[in-house]
Amino acid sequence: MKSFCLGAATVLGLTLAGSALVDDVRMLAIEPNVPEGRQYYLDVAKAYEAENPGTKVQFDFLDDTSFKSKLPTLLQSSARPDAFFTWTGGVFYEQAKAGVLKDISTDFTDADRKNYSPSGIQSMSHDGKLYGVPMYAASVVLWYNKALVEKAGIDPKAIKNWEGLLAASKKIQGAGIVPIVMGGKDKWPIALFYGQLAARIAGTDGVAAADKGENEGFNNPAFIQAGDALKQLADLKPFQPGYMDTTQPKAAGLFGDGKGAFYLAGNFLVGAQAQNSASGKGLGDDLDFITFPAVDGGKGEHADTFGGVNGWLVTKDAGQSTVKFLKFLTNNKNQTEGGRLKIWLPIGTNAQSGIADPRLRRIAEDLSKAPHHQLYLDQMLGASVGAALNDAAAQIVTGDISPEEAAALVEEAREMR
Amino acid sequence: MTTMIGSRPTLSPAARIARMHRQGKLTALLLFLPPALVLFTLFVIWPIFNAANLSFFKWSGYGAIDNFVGTQNYQRLANHSVFHQSLWNSVKLILASLFIQIPLALTLALLIYKKTSANTAFRLIFFAPYILAEIASGVIWSFIFDGDFGVSGQIAAALGIDPFYILADRQFAFLAIITVVVWKYFGYHMMIFIAALQAVPDDLLEAADIDGASRLQKVFYVKLPLIMHAIKLSAFFAIVGALQVFDIIIPLTNGGPSNSTHSIVSYLYTYGLAQLNVGYGAAVGVVLFILCMVTAFSYKRLAMGKGGAL
Repeated sequence: MKSFCLGAATVLGLTLAGSALVDDVRMLAIEPNVPEGRQYYLDVAKAYEAENPGTKVQFDFLDDTSFKSKLPTLLQSSARPDAFFTWTGGVFYEQAKAGVLKDISTDFTDADRKNYSPSGIQSMSHDGKLYGVPMYAASVVLWYNKALVEKAGIDPKAIKNWEGLLAASKKIQGAGIVPIVMGGKDKWPIALFYGQLAARIAGTDGVAAADKGENEGFNNPAFIQAGDALKQLADLKPFQPGYMDTTQPKAAGLFGDGKGAFYLAGNFLVGAQAQNSASGKGLGDDLDFITFPAVDGGKGEHADTFGGVNGWLVTKDAGQSTVKFLKFLTNNKNQTEGGRLKIWLPIGTNAQSGIADPRLRRIAEDLSKAPHHQLYLDQMLGASVGAALNDAAAQIVTGDISPEEAAALVEEAREMR
Repeated sequence: MTTMIGSRPTLSPAARIARMHRQGKLTALLLFLPPALVLFTLFVIWPIFNAANLSFFKWSGYGAIDNFVGTQNYQRLANHSVFHQSLWNSVKLILASLFIQIPLALTLALLIYKKTSANTAFRLIFFAPYILAEIASGVIWSFIFDGDFGVSGQIAAALGIDPFYILADRQFAFLAIITVVVWKYFGYHMMIFIAALQAVPDDLLEAADIDGASRLQKVFYVKLPLIMHAIKLSAFFAIVGALQVFDIIIPLTNGGPSNSTHSIVSYLYTYGLAQLNVGYGAAVGVVLFILCMVTAFSYKRLAMGKGGAL
């Protein structure tokens, strides 16, 4: 009901704004993970308005689920925003195919494009046309609690492959510590393991081929092997009690309170584990990370990264001020500021200098050096196949389906797409 | 009387309109019928037909609706184990509403229907859950069931036992949902029964007293037969309401674990809207609509008198 009211208010707000103002920019964003994120947008909007008198910039915010379910209707109505947040991937391609987006290729010169990482620009393009502006990247790493792993007698940096992680989990469990904290209720945190394993085993090319239905699609042995590996982990019962009734934000808080040794998540965890913890402080300097372990014989490289690319897509009929504002929002100064505030990892080529946190700086460096960056599978595959993948991963872990059945479930969804 | 009605000459439509005009009814009809008819058609009839049409298409919500797939959406639905589970869950909710919620509401109504200040206080307390928004109830109960920071976690800690995570347990999660649904709606049914019980004439109860009826006999032979209409109505609301449960499930379990706690509506939302399978969602909607219609009409036929009398 709350999200409905919020949605209705947003639609109404956009409609009113649309009729009252002519050369304004209406942005539809998701509710940021941290309060600083919201303030950041509003501050940038204010700065832009000061530099460009006569143009108003309005940000509307919706929570993730409402955002995703309301967007189709909104984009096809006259109340559509000028630009909206995107996770890129499958849903973006649908939107591009449906003709609700604006091709802004000519608005971005080669010099403009140099301000962004090539993978960022590529993520916002479909069929060779640029439809939006990338803003930040997310990269998933295996976080750990230094104090707890030391107590269990584990050196995480020595974990190089999947077997190493399984052995470490057993040892940590033996020391009476929960090896991995998991937000299973949201399903996608489980799918991060499944997706990472698939990317390590099949490689980014293998994942892309499965997405196209080549080599038996998701029934390919690589995905069954990824499911087997996930099942091996789940069989150790490494997660905290009640993990299937734990949402991702709550799990981040539990990890921040020292309730488990490992946590697989993106760079956002640095802020989330502190803010969501009962103490409000999180792990502090006890928080560190390792790269997701390799899988022996897998086609993916250990240095390959896994995560998201996020930015803004421009809708058809949006005015010139929208592209101008997006360039402003993602200019070097604002990108650097976003990094400094720990809101995200900037995707601007020279915007890493603001990142003060050494762990985030390392993630940003790894990301820039990565041979391949695999987009979150649930984003890459689009809404229905992505949800099937999240479902499949969760059910492997709960033991309701076998890795073969999981792969078949995803493949069936892909064929139906 | 019957012979008079039987012998009334049948009028032609034109003559009937002329008679309505003479009686002044025609103006009222022309004035008041169209707005209601247009609104009803626009917001009820047309969306139903539109959804039925959409259910034969594969449509993500973006672009033109041109991918006609025939009955494919319905075939998928018929073969989808999660949909079977959600149907079964809806049946369980109906049974719980009929055999736990209504008897509970009836018992409480019998205990507190008389007008005293203590009874008024109890009525308020029992009715309070119904006033709460569904989503708020879900959030409150998810906190109660939370084994880490919630009430159940604190109870477990006080007893010195391991916390129990009922919402994470495939076997018991739906039981938790049923508990919340019963808790949320029994007050509503209780109020219907209280209103009906207060309308039972005192002289009938006095007559029963004089005849030497016990308290139970008065309940079973006087009160219950006299409020049967309210019980039938309540049961009808309970059945239709159980088919539509949604807002409580989303904050409690979001359909999990392993998709074991979906109702038909939360299934529709998750697989239809959230996953951008709008055509598929429409097919679920059509099935739900048919289920509601069949229930309504068969209930009317079975439980109600001719003309819809209770």
